[in-house]
Amino acid sequence: MSWQWFHRLGSPRWFYQTSTRWLPLLALIAAAVLITGLVWGLAVAPEDAKQGNSFRIIYIHVPASFLALAGYYIMAIAGAVGLIWKMKLSFMVMKSAAPIGAALTFIALFTGAIWGKPTWGTYWVWDARITSMLILLFLYLGVMALQYAYHSGDAASKAGAILALVGTVNIPIIYKSVDWWYTLHQPATIKFTSAPSMHIDMFLPLLVMIVGFYLFYAVALILHTRSEILRRERKTAWVRELVEPRAGV
Amino acid sequence: MPQSTNSGFSAWLKRDLLLAYRRRGEAASPLIFFVMVSTLIPLVLTPEPTRLAMVAAGLIWIMALLATLLSVEGLFASDYQDGSLEQLLISPQLLPMPLLGKITAHWLTTGLPLTLASPLLGLMLSLPTSGYLPMLCSLALGTACFSLTGAVGAALTVSLRKGGLLLSLLVMPLYMPVIIFGTATISYAIDGLNWLPPLAVLGALFAASVALCPLAVAGALRVTSAH
Repeated sequence: MSWQWFHRLGSPRWFYQTSTRWLPLLALIAAAVLITGLVWGLAVAPEDAKQGNSFRIIYIHVPASFLALAGYYIMAIAGAVGLIWKMKLSFMVMKSAAPIGAALTFIALFTGAIWGKPTWGTYWVWDARITSMLILLFLYLGVMALQYAYHSGDAASKAGAILALVGTVNIPIIYKSVDWWYTLHQPATIKFTSAPSMHIDMFLPLLVMIVGFYLFYAVALILHTRSEILRRERKTAWVRELVEPRAGV
Repeated sequence: MPQSTNSGFSAWLKRDLLLAYRRRGEAASPLIFFVMVSTLIPLVLTPEPTRLAMVAAGLIWIMALLATLLSVEGLFASDYQDGSLEQLLISPQLLPMPLLGKITAHWLTTGLPLTLASPLLGLMLSLPTSGYLPMLCSLALGTACFSLTGAVGAALTVSLRKGGLLLSLLVMPLYMPVIIFGTATISYAIDGLNWLPPLAVLGALFAASVALCPLAVAGALRVTSAH
């Protein structure tokens, strides 16, 4: 009995209908939090003593990096749930999480490059964190490419899930080795070991932005999953009913 | 079952070695590739020994990686086409052991020859003498990691028609720790530092790959070969 909620989660139709009800509210909250964080961070928070206004890109950069890494784990966990409990919906979540995560990784790299120009004088440095982020982007692209390569949805999902799990085991190893590699070759000119702790007035809007990005991620994931549900279930009666409602049916 | 721990390992190892022996020409191509690419390096960079010595270690590793990637694609391809992979999948044996046998055969026919040929390349790229022994040790461990991890990629792409390029995309990010510690082993030795610590990490990566990769390969083959 207590597992009923879990079995219901396995039904794409149930998910679609429930999310139709809750999505507007969630989207509204996400928008409100993001706008609050943006206005607070970009307009109200004090200017940085050294970097001036250019530091404000942190309010996009840091939350995007957070979600980029968390997104890989969300994708892998969804894949594992699909493999273990043979849950169709979970594979759809996994497939949707890949492009969103890749986009966030790209945003993190891109904003990092823009931020790097005024602060370090160059768009790209082979720093440990940047290199790890780039490898993470490659891991995302691999999962996406593998899923697009298969014509059968089932094989695509399971192969993608296995690859995502292999990647999950490897991510900590890759991060640690890249860190170690960087300490070996650390150039003397750029130093950003322990950054001075942020002032509370700067930190609070960042916290709001991180929460906002999590909410935004949830909305994006649900939207993407919904379209994936419609695509994969397009031959079922309830989707046809939804797309072309006929009188008297 | 008394022989269950080895069940299939030596049989598949022998079989794949025999197959490789009968197709000697095919088995030699990664090695020829490895040596051939190394002649490009003085042409594109510089023939000057001191400058070549600076980049030799890293380039030998990159060439070994590319040579393995080219060969690992065929690990399951012919078995998939002639149906023997399916026979293996429906046999009552535990799957990881025969697969480990196949992967071992792959290493013996590509990774080991590459390792043994590397001193020749070291000579051509004027690698400092202190780097030879670390290069041999690290390449032996590192190419084994390449074969094991590459097998996961090969299993995931076995039923795809153009799997080769995709395989490289999937596997290359996973190779990065091996590349980092492999080149570090050689450069530590050249700089006169103790090169055993990075080699030990490479050994740890190898141990983890031996334990985990055959399981992932087995899972992947069950999914992809049914397709």
